Amino acid sequence: MPDPAPDPVINARPVLEMRGISKSFPGVRALSAVDLRLLPGEVHALMGQNGAGKSTLVKVLTGVHPPDAGQLLLDGVEIRPQSPLDAQRLGITTVYQEVNLCPNLSVAENICLGREGTSSLAIRWRAMRRRAEALLAELNIYIDVAAPLSSYPLAVQQMVAIARSLTAQTERGVQVRTRLLILDEPTSSLAQDEVKMLFAVMRRLKAQGIAILFISHFLDQAFEISDRFTVLRNGQRVGEYPVAALSAMDLIVKMVGKEIAEVGHTRAARSAAPAARPAGPAFLRARELGKTGSVTGLDLEALPGKAVGIAGLLGSGRTETARLLFGIDHADHGSLEIEGTPVRFTSPLDAIQRGLGYCPEDRKSEGIIAELSIRENIIIALQCKRGMFRNLSRARQDEIARSYIKLLGIKAHDADAPIAKLSGGNQQKVLLARWLATDPRMLILDEPTRGIDVGAKVEIMGQVMGLCDNGMAVVFSSSEMPEILQYADRVVVLRDRTKVGELDAAVADEHQVFQLIAGG
Amino acid sequence: MAAMAFVRRLTAKHNFWAIATLVLLLAYNLISNPHFFSISVRDGHLYGSIVDILNRASPLMIIAMGLTLVIATHGIDISVGAVVAISGAVAAAMIGGELVLSGGTGMEDVTQYPLPLVIAGALGVSLLCGMWNGALVSMIGMQPIIATLILLGTGRGVAQLITHGQIVTIYYSPYYELGNGFVLGVPFSLFIVATVAIALLLLTRRTALGLFIEAIGINPLASRLTGVRARSITFAVYAVCGLCAGIAGLIVSSNVKSADGNNAGLLFELDAILAVVLGGTSLTGGKFYLLGSILGALLIQTLTTTIYAAGVAPEVTLVVKGVVVLAVSILQSERIQILIGAGAAGRGGPAR
Repeated sequence: MPDPAPDPVINARPVLEMRGISKSFPGVRALSAVDLRLLPGEVHALMGQNGAGKSTLVKVLTGVHPPDAGQLLLDGVEIRPQSPLDAQRLGITTVYQEVNLCPNLSVAENICLGREGTSSLAIRWRAMRRRAEALLAELNIYIDVAAPLSSYPLAVQQMVAIARSLTAQTERGVQVRTRLLILDEPTSSLAQDEVKMLFAVMRRLKAQGIAILFISHFLDQAFEISDRFTVLRNGQRVGEYPVAALSAMDLIVKMVGKEIAEVGHTRAARSAAPAARPAGPAFLRARELGKTGSVTGLDLEALPGKAVGIAGLLGSGRTETARLLFGIDHADHGSLEIEGTPVRFTSPLDAIQRGLGYCPEDRKSEGIIAELSIRENIIIALQCKRGMFRNLSRARQDEIARSYIKLLGIKAHDADAPIAKLSGGNQQKVLLARWLATDPRMLILDEPTRGIDVGAKVEIMGQVMGLCDNGMAVVFSSSEMPEILQYADRVVVLRDRTKVGELDAAVADEHQVFQLIAGG
Repeated sequence: MAAMAFVRRLTAKHNFWAIATLVLLLAYNLISNPHFFSISVRDGHLYGSIVDILNRASPLMIIAMGLTLVIATHGIDISVGAVVAISGAVAAAMIGGELVLSGGTGMEDVTQYPLPLVIAGALGVSLLCGMWNGALVSMIGMQPIIATLILLGTGRGVAQLITHGQIVTIYYSPYYELGNGFVLGVPFSLFIVATVAIALLLLTRRTALGLFIEAIGINPLASRLTGVRARSITFAVYAVCGLCAGIAGLIVSSNVKSADGNNAGLLFELDAILAVVLGGTSLTGGKFYLLGSILGALLIQTLTTTIYAAGVAPEVTLVVKGVVVLAVSILQSERIQILIGAGAAGRGGPAR
């Protein structure tokens, strides 16, 4: 399907070209005749909703899936990468959406794993550490590379993954120069300043002539860093555009199709709704709650029908706050009350019994139970709440799964398929369904929209807010300030693992929040 | 194409190759010995090779079922053989091992404690062994293989302490019924197997326990966060596994009418792990198949019996057994499944 529009960047010869790529999986046509051209020294954003085919295209490009039809040309020469390693040897490296490293190995090992190559007999530990340090320094990161990867926050782990993808350049044994770096949702776990740092690195790599394929659901970031867009929808290419040629609205229209997802259910919309705001006493109240080494001095009130947004930089204690409220970590000072009664949660089950639910930030390792079916993932929390011996019948399970799949618009044709087969947005909806099935009084959502595309994001937040309107208390955290201000009623601001302020979201603006975060 | 797709679906079943191997072995036996399947009634008891295989496999079937639950939580219990020895030793010690001849025709049945108490004592000690393993794994957080290695080593020592280092012979004929008796013509041990199987199936599939065990095996962290009592359940499965090993220990000691702390249940843990894996439960935890493990145990016993019947020299028995197990394991492995899938998809599929 050649692009009929005249080519604005005709002079440069593409580093990599994909022509007419098609790929089908049983029952799904993931890509049909997609073209993609990546020029040297450009950041090219691949845009599209979940399920548009972005991940499949990347997997074809990196040799994970062989294409059913179409050609891959590297510098005009046809290539057929058979595996990610094969693609790396050709100079195509990827950093995937979820951090795919070994948490129990050291940072240096993670960076150099499989690339020790310098001596065939033994690993040269010191050289390895030095190389890892040098590579991280390029990303402006200075950490102890001998420490295990898991001892660092997710953001740092992501940077390590990026550093690892650069090592192909400096390897001595085999001459490999990274020609194309694919960044699949690299910023979804980074705080604002870390994103800036990453962009600086991307610009440096770009200046070296490396082509960067950037995949992100953050539209503003895509506009900031990219030179050109390729937009996919339903496995087809909508078109290729220079960034300057599109407005954000144009881009969304191209991604979503003719109708734009309804934004509704923001705070403003809810305040107008007549049934909203059932004013009442707090459902949950935390006073000076804290745990040594985790967050301290946390005052928080969650009211039925209201949403509390937790704002703060990465590492400011957002996740720790959620864990403390849900009984995962045990508070060692302060008090917690549910409907005026003091409680002390010793396990998540205690919190669940009292009507709480919690969607963790790290969906893959703390949320989904990958090999269980969608149905089992939905009913498991309810089953835990009921207790082991009050078994839900299979018919009841099917009914619950079916109704939530329909209610939340989960794209799954078989409730008995493993949850791992769903896209990120749909997995998040299943996790939401898991808690809704328990008929919770309060939901705690840690970064509910991380790694999820525009359409699904609006949908998920819309559903959460709909529940909030019906009297549920919501506490959610987000690293996206507009999202917090858009959906929350109150904003709790954290800095250095302690609460530094609380604002009324209706009158607060981003500037005020940032001032609190910055300590102004 | 349809036939190929059918083959692919069939071979992808978790226990297809175990069943296929079992059928092959039985067919081989039928050819080499036309009377293999014949069952006769002697003294009101069923008699024949099949009955013999079922009877001999019963301790392994019971252990494999208990171990299945442990393996489903991504754990392992390598102390089951030692617990078999302990259970038998406790039973023998409680009976007393005293031979009293009566009237020149035979022995008199003498026991220090009544039989129900003997059984309760042996099973109680086995349950304690399982709880010990469970506590090490779930409360202290020890790696399962290390935690159960402790009992694997010391368990036989404990068994010998109980029997004072002797092989204690049991002179109490009601006890023989456990491993040698018949009820309605069927070996009594098979009733025990059936009881354990039904109890475990009810416990795991009629309650939510099975789902919780699988969830823990797949993702313990996420399970805890959705409210699964991961610690208590982990503790419980090790306790149940110990109990199952204890039941098997009673059958084994009853079979040989003695308790040998050194050799009873020796290397049972290996056969049990094999039975579980052949039955389709993965060592990485998650989905588990109790009936599959019974099938695995039957396969192992049939193989052993077949090898003996075929007159293979005793020196090479273990090698032959190993080769068959290797073949089944390879056929069940994911890579081979994918290859078979690709082959069955035929030439209509995408060309590389």
